[in-house]
Amino acid sequence: MDSRLVQAPSVSTGTLQGDGMTPVPFGAKSAIGRLMPNIGDFVFKNLTRLFAIMVFSLVFLMAFEMYRGSRLTIDKFGWSFLTTSTWDPVQGVFGALPFIWGTVVSSLLALAIALPLSLGVAVFLSELVPRWLEGPLSFMIELLAAIPSIVYGLWGVFVMVPWLRITVEPFLAKRFGYLPFFTGAPYGFGMLAAGLILAVMVLPIITSISRDILKAIPNLQREAAFALGATRWEVTKIILQGAKSGILGATLLGLGRAIGETMAVTMVIGNRSDISASLFNPAYSMASVLANEFAEATTDMYTNALIEVALLLFGVTIVLNGLARMIVWGMTRKYKTP
Amino acid sequence: MTTIEQRNATVTPTAVRSPEVPESRQAGSPAVKMSALGINAFFGKTQALKNVSIDILTNRVLAIIGPSGCGKSTFLRCLNRMHEVAGGTMTGTILLDGQKIGSEDPVLLRRRVGMVFQKPNPFPTMSIFDNVAAGLRLNGFQNRRALAEIVERSLRQAALWDEVKDSLGKSGASLSGGQQQRLCIARTIAVSPDVVLMDEPASALDPLSTAKIEELIYELKNRFTITIVTHNMQQAARVSDFTAFFYLGELIEYDQTKKMFTSPDKKQTEDYITGRFG
Repeated sequence: MDSRLVQAPSVSTGTLQGDGMTPVPFGAKSAIGRLMPNIGDFVFKNLTRLFAIMVFSLVFLMAFEMYRGSRLTIDKFGWSFLTTSTWDPVQGVFGALPFIWGTVVSSLLALAIALPLSLGVAVFLSELVPRWLEGPLSFMIELLAAIPSIVYGLWGVFVMVPWLRITVEPFLAKRFGYLPFFTGAPYGFGMLAAGLILAVMVLPIITSISRDILKAIPNLQREAAFALGATRWEVTKIILQGAKSGILGATLLGLGRAIGETMAVTMVIGNRSDISASLFNPAYSMASVLANEFAEATTDMYTNALIEVALLLFGVTIVLNGLARMIVWGMTRKYKTP
Repeated sequence: MTTIEQRNATVTPTAVRSPEVPESRQAGSPAVKMSALGINAFFGKTQALKNVSIDILTNRVLAIIGPSGCGKSTFLRCLNRMHEVAGGTMTGTILLDGQKIGSEDPVLLRRRVGMVFQKPNPFPTMSIFDNVAAGLRLNGFQNRRALAEIVERSLRQAALWDEVKDSLGKSGASLSGGQQQRLCIARTIAVSPDVVLMDEPASALDPLSTAKIEELIYELKNRFTITIVTHNMQQAARVSDFTAFFYLGELIEYDQTKKMFTSPDKKQTEDYITGRFG
């Protein structure tokens, strides 16, 4: 006690007079170190920043390159590129409407099939599942997303398409043939096949994101509803209402995946540039036409037309994904700070 | 404990409903709203409550105090079977108006025994109006005019009406913490429950909001039977008529608040109330 009392003033005078108390930066011994005391931090910070900027600028560079690469068709056809359906490389006339149609319809069909299924699974996983089952089930669902799309495509060609041709499509034609969607010859290959295979592929995305959204809703909300005398179903309804925007985001992410999916769709959609109401008929998607025709594009105009399709696909998926991410982020943030 | 025995002795049974229930507690007595008899509660293998018996009197405020983890929240949840939502189990008998609960749908019970939680939890996607109306709508209440009337009455009772009457369409989450808690109270009392359970309703609030909630509890006991769990001794002393002290899952002492805070029978109670442990 005594020695501390005696020493205390002497230490404080030391700080006032001596230079031993001014901080000595790391690397102060080198010349650069003296100029920039935190050279390591400086390099680290700017290097990582450079990487981040590179990723960012890559997107813009790609967009710009694709724009430059498709100048010929953009100048020649303008908006009619999107609204006409003649795709004739020999004559040099290009209209991408059938591909846009194929992409939009197959993706929406996939969503229509996958959304109710995904929501059901997500609700089960977040609200009802016994704890021992949750892990394995979530894992299986996320595993679906890890299967390479070529495997889906192959399975589609050899298993699903014959099944559609022999069983499903004749059945639909017989029962619901009066609807324009189920007319024509049951080829198997076609819009229905593409929609189905896309549904399987977007299911894990929508499911896992919806589940995360539902789980982000605090338990207090469920307790509040239970304490009001809500049944399990009523509690779930209230929770779903709270998760609405997040589920929309999950759906948009699924849509983005469906629109961009190439391999599996190319293998089962039939690859014919037709616009038809019937889901049995072969169709074509934007991604498929790129995959099938890039090697044959011999003229500049042809190449430009394909690149313009790519630019379109690029733009749509970027916008969709951006929008979806924003919705999902906004949703989870809302519940983090109540 | 003696006062309870005396009180029960004065109760005259009017109907016999359950043979395993002591005769004195079976009646639809106006004085006893709920009775807990030999409650044991478990979460997995851990026992949260050990043989707890308590009577809750009509239009009185019962405060449950005790150190963290003593089982007071669990006991509160057993009263409207909310412990089941968290995966707990319970043995023993709970009577509401002399009738045994546990056999019927918990949904029906919770409509009679409402609950207010520690953290305000209005439904963020619902407007203020819809929050208050939520419980009524769950009960299948459709009449719009009557709904509006009940919402206004509930908000008035929760001392929130004047602050929100011009913004009933706004999100419940847009209110301040204290207002949100009063909104939750309005939501709970809108369905006209018999009993309102409050689990540390003011512990997440500032002193001013806390004072408002306490004032509110004092008002509400004219219409409801209230049981409140609190960590705050002064709060228990201020708002309650009866106080129960829990420790390690056991009910140590239960008496009139005045007596508990001035001359408790048990040493443990005195030690806790005076802040010597806990």
